[in-house]
Amino acid sequence: MSILTPRVIPDRLQSPFARAAKSWEALLLAVFIAVFVVNSFASPYFLNAWNLSDATFNFTEKAMIAFAMAMLIIAGEIDLSVASIIALASTAMGLAMTAGAGTPLLVLVGIGTGLVCGAFNAWLVAGLGLPSIVVTIGTMSLFRGISFIVLGDQAFTGYPESFAWFGQGYVFWVFSFEFVLFLVLALAYGILLHRTSFGRRVYAIGNNATAAAFSGIRVARVKASLFLLTGLMSGIAAVCLTSRLGSTRPSIATGMELEVVTMVVLGGVSILGGSGSIPGVVLAAFIMGLVTFGFGLLNVPGIVMSIFIGILLIAVIALPRLFSRRGPARK
Amino acid sequence: MSLLKNREALLALAILVLLGLVTTRFAGFVAPSNLALVFNDTAPLMILAIGQMIVILTKCIDLSVAANLALTGMVSALLNGMGVPLVIILPAAILLGAALGAVNGILVWKVGIPSIVVTLGTMTIFRGIIFLITNGKWVNAHEMTDGFKALPRAIVLGLPVMSWIAVAVILLATLALGRTALGRAFYAVGGNPHAAVYTGIDVGRTQAAAFVISGALAGLTGYLWVARYAVAYVDIAGGFELDVVAACVIGGVSIAGGAGSVAGAVLGAIFLGVIKNALPVVDISPFWQMAISGSAIILAVAFNALQSRPRGRIILKSAEAR
Repeated sequence: MSILTPRVIPDRLQSPFARAAKSWEALLLAVFIAVFVVNSFASPYFLNAWNLSDATFNFTEKAMIAFAMAMLIIAGEIDLSVASIIALASTAMGLAMTAGAGTPLLVLVGIGTGLVCGAFNAWLVAGLGLPSIVVTIGTMSLFRGISFIVLGDQAFTGYPESFAWFGQGYVFWVFSFEFVLFLVLALAYGILLHRTSFGRRVYAIGNNATAAAFSGIRVARVKASLFLLTGLMSGIAAVCLTSRLGSTRPSIATGMELEVVTMVVLGGVSILGGSGSIPGVVLAAFIMGLVTFGFGLLNVPGIVMSIFIGILLIAVIALPRLFSRRGPARK
Repeated sequence: MSLLKNREALLALAILVLLGLVTTRFAGFVAPSNLALVFNDTAPLMILAIGQMIVILTKCIDLSVAANLALTGMVSALLNGMGVPLVIILPAAILLGAALGAVNGILVWKVGIPSIVVTLGTMTIFRGIIFLITNGKWVNAHEMTDGFKALPRAIVLGLPVMSWIAVAVILLATLALGRTALGRAFYAVGGNPHAAVYTGIDVGRTQAAAFVISGALAGLTGYLWVARYAVAYVDIAGGFELDVVAACVIGGVSIAGGAGSVAGAVLGAIFLGVIKNALPVVDISPFWQMAISGSAIILAVAFNALQSRPRGRIILKSAEAR
């Protein structure tokens, strides 16, 4: 440490404002505002309450799952089967519908299927101690495979009128049920992760599972609960998505697991576990939704948006590492 | 007993049992000519699984192989449309694939981003680039020259060239992993990165090399795929990266790095290939395939975990299992 180098003040001793300004969430907020402003100038249709409300459907279902996925990734695991759980839950709802179930029962079947799938993942990973990245690739094929066995190339259609409300109904003026649910869940997960001892345990496990186990945290039990949560959220998302589309195909939500993981990582959650926040994920959801919506107004095809999202994903992770004085972080 | 300890032998045994089961329903399946067809059909999966195995050995994962395949395949088809001779197209495809792999490698090595994030990003970027250079148009069979389409199908010594290329890749990879310094470095880096550093191996550079190899093999497969199916568009081989990872997992390649073999990856690919080709023959709807390969992955992972579980009491490990 020579005299010429500026004195480094540790983060924890700086003012809360200085800390906040340097945080990941601040970077995301800047990106969000930039995207919003560019979009407002790019298209006259952008700043319209109904259009903006429609744009929220681009991310609400993914974000619901992303909250639970964020906690799971912070704990050092991952669940790649979420989109397939949606397919299976949606298929189960279709079967229940053809058996004459009413709307309340359909919702229960969807959420219940999600929980059962989550329990299966939990048993494989937390119970048998298998690596989650491979196991959930397996269950991803298995769950969607069951949907294909049931449906083949057919589809379930003709859901009851009252069921459509979950994906198409509005609670208040332009605020859809899905968007309100998204806000409520964001708040609930923010409290769960940042304000409860369960949340602290999740961080502890992600940082050092062995140390966490020795300090009395029941690691397997916490991980199992997290897999149950991703299953539950996938079930809820399945209810919303099936209701919004009004039909079930075995290929429903294909590729969504990667979009959810992208959202979580973009939100500043470290894929290696141990750090991340719910506000970050909320911002990432808004950014991805706005980008999709803005490009859509400019008639840019979906695949080009995915290039942008891909570059954004790599860039937001790369920039802090390139410009930090410590050089690239090593695994 | 030693046979039961050997994963590759067990997997080979499982494949034989599978073939035996299929034979009870349809005897013609195990005719040498049909087995050669199955082998040929599985060749792309084998080649990619070998590349993926090398990446997984170094504690990384490459989710961009299928997108890489699609992009290089499309570029091969476009070069062919411009009248570039095949002698140039084939090396160009391998080089382009290697270059795309190098993009992944450099991001992992120099920037230090976890590989799953890098390849998740490049996977969507590569597919998007196909759209940008073609505007979403297809390249169909009648737009490809006969020579371009004929090479993978050409029969040499009773087998199509595609199968011979797979055989060549298997032999080269076996030699490279067993008999070169780089090949041993892949194992060292995945087995114990800290120890590897102390023996003078650059971990990041070795991981980057693995991505370049995986990319080059994906590029080679890109040409073969497009030439064989005689069509190129944005979504070819969609979701194929997961089949490739599945082949590795079934083949006993440890996701934690440092453990795996070329034979394992190839047998894993063949296992999936046999299932895929046998289902229509035994009158099971092809819609069963996904669920069956999913179950196979889960069983393989569970089996590998049971096998590699250390004997005796390890005091530190037991704390986590509570």
